[in-house]
Amino acid sequence: MAWIGYGVLKGLGVTLKTFLETYPWGRAVLRGLSIPVADGLFTIQYPDTKQQHAERFRYFPFLVYDETPDNLRCVACKICEQECPPQCIHIVGPAKDEQGRPLKAHGRTFPVEFDIDMSICMSCRICVDVCPFDAIEMDNQYELSASDRYEHMVFNQEKLLKPAEYFQQIKPTEAATVDQRLAAKKAKAAPAAPPPQAPKPPEGS
Amino acid sequence: MTSLDQLFVNANAWLLSLLPDWARLWASILVRIGVIAALAPIIMMYLTWLERKLIARMQNRFGPTRVGRYGLLQPLADGLKMLIKEDIVPRGADRLLHLAAPILAVVPAILLFAVFPFGRNMIPADLNVGLLYVFAISSISSYAIFMGGWASRSKFSIIGAMRSVAQIISYEVPGVLSVVAVIMVAGTLSLVGIVEAQGPRWFVFTPWGVVGCLMFFLSGVAEVNRTPFDMPEAESELVGGFHTEYSGMKFALWYMAEFLESFAICALTVTFFLGGWQGPPVPFWLLAVLLAVLVGTARLVAVPVRILGVVAMAGAGLLCGAEPIPSWIWFFAKTYALVFVLVWFRGTLPRLRVDQLMGLAWKFFLPLGLINILAAGLWVWWPFPTGTAASAFLLLASSWLLVRANNPAPLAPRSYVFAD
Repeated sequence: MAWIGYGVLKGLGVTLKTFLETYPWGRAVLRGLSIPVADGLFTIQYPDTKQQHAERFRYFPFLVYDETPDNLRCVACKICEQECPPQCIHIVGPAKDEQGRPLKAHGRTFPVEFDIDMSICMSCRICVDVCPFDAIEMDNQYELSASDRYEHMVFNQEKLLKPAEYFQQIKPTEAATVDQRLAAKKAKAAPAAPPPQAPKPPEGS
Repeated sequence: MTSLDQLFVNANAWLLSLLPDWARLWASILVRIGVIAALAPIIMMYLTWLERKLIARMQNRFGPTRVGRYGLLQPLADGLKMLIKEDIVPRGADRLLHLAAPILAVVPAILLFAVFPFGRNMIPADLNVGLLYVFAISSISSYAIFMGGWASRSKFSIIGAMRSVAQIISYEVPGVLSVVAVIMVAGTLSLVGIVEAQGPRWFVFTPWGVVGCLMFFLSGVAEVNRTPFDMPEAESELVGGFHTEYSGMKFALWYMAEFLESFAICALTVTFFLGGWQGPPVPFWLLAVLLAVLVGTARLVAVPVRILGVVAMAGAGLLCGAEPIPSWIWFFAKTYALVFVLVWFRGTLPRLRVDQLMGLAWKFFLPLGLINILAAGLWVWWPFPTGTAASAFLLLASSWLLVRANNPAPLAPRSYVFAD
């Protein structure tokens, strides 16, 4: 210790510097004294100004569709439902006709119901990782508070569906990878495309 | 005297001259009481706002911003909240004392305002024993705190109250001793007399004044239970200390007492050591320009209001520019500067341990206070260079000795048999 009260004065100096750093005139004073200055206020006034979150920021999944909402990528395979750790995904499907044969739209089966309970989801992204069809992706909307537990916090298929363009817009890098993968898959499937009728179930037989 | 300086005094005199003779005395008393009764809550409310704003800035935050521009209506919102909160009295508590304690805490805090010399000729009651009155009244608060802690029937409250009483009684001694030197030099107990005695030189610019000022201010900080001496309400140990079991308006009264006493400590330090209402003869137009710039650059205020403020300030500056800054502005400026120091302490210093607190009062402040009286005597006895040098030397040497005497020899480093 240098002299009596030195530590106290040093501590007071630290808080005074922090205090001055939060004002423009205070920063000018500090610069005038040739003291290194940092920008003072870190608080973001949340509802008025929002933080620019990173591209990889994720909060809640959504279902991707191409062109039209009925052309969704999901085939109701239920892998995500089984893998979901808090079990917040509920899928009914794939859709079937009266005889119990799977119905198809755009060459794919599709779910009858697809619900995700927002209040249970823990934003882990496992559903996205396990989906073989890149049909489910993470959204970055986080202002999802609601006053009603079952009406508004359980997201049904209608609320979950978002276009592929939206995905490309919020997460360009990830969307580019996904699109590349889907294009490669399509190209692989294309040579086998000429006899496409073969795997289709014989109709009316 | 200049017009701006005596603005309130003249206004009061004019108001009283409108009344018939027999009513003048009573009206004069009522005006003083009314002004204090209106001023005290406003000062308290905006002290809370100021404290929250300042402490926030020291922690890189904004503080209140949502209610009104710059959060200026926050104290009103807080007051409203306190009013509509439920008043909870613990089962088994002494209901009467539980109610009486916060009131007993606020009353002396407001009574103290009666003897503050706010400006030249601006004192509600110039008692010739003003200084004694101050110490007599301010020590009532320890009764209130103990009463509140006892009546709450809660272990946290009673521990907080006991700590508080021990602390207040301990710190009253150095607080009074540091002012004895002021009484000696000023030769009067009247606060106006003390301020006027500082005309040629503020007491803080003498060796015994520096020590006395620090001792009085720090003892005051301890007496009003503020950080770093806030043992009686140590949140991390005692929940809320003596006011753990208080809610609603009673809790607000505790806070009001605490903030008014903080203000009182700052005002008294200014009166005793920092020259009271006196200040260097700075022309008023400088202050007017400063205020005009401040109002004009307030980004969040509506433009018409800013223009109005700038015009008003410019008008005041043009009208009274040649006069010195009025005495009441000096008093409040100095007092609020000390309030800033209080908040600054709170933003910086951690809480002392109980033994450190008592050690500071009894082993350092008390002997230093006694030596300070001798130092003041030396300063008065011998003419300028000798007396000042002698008292400065005496104080430096004795404080060094006291620190040495109070620091026991450092223990030999421990060796842990099984750790090596």
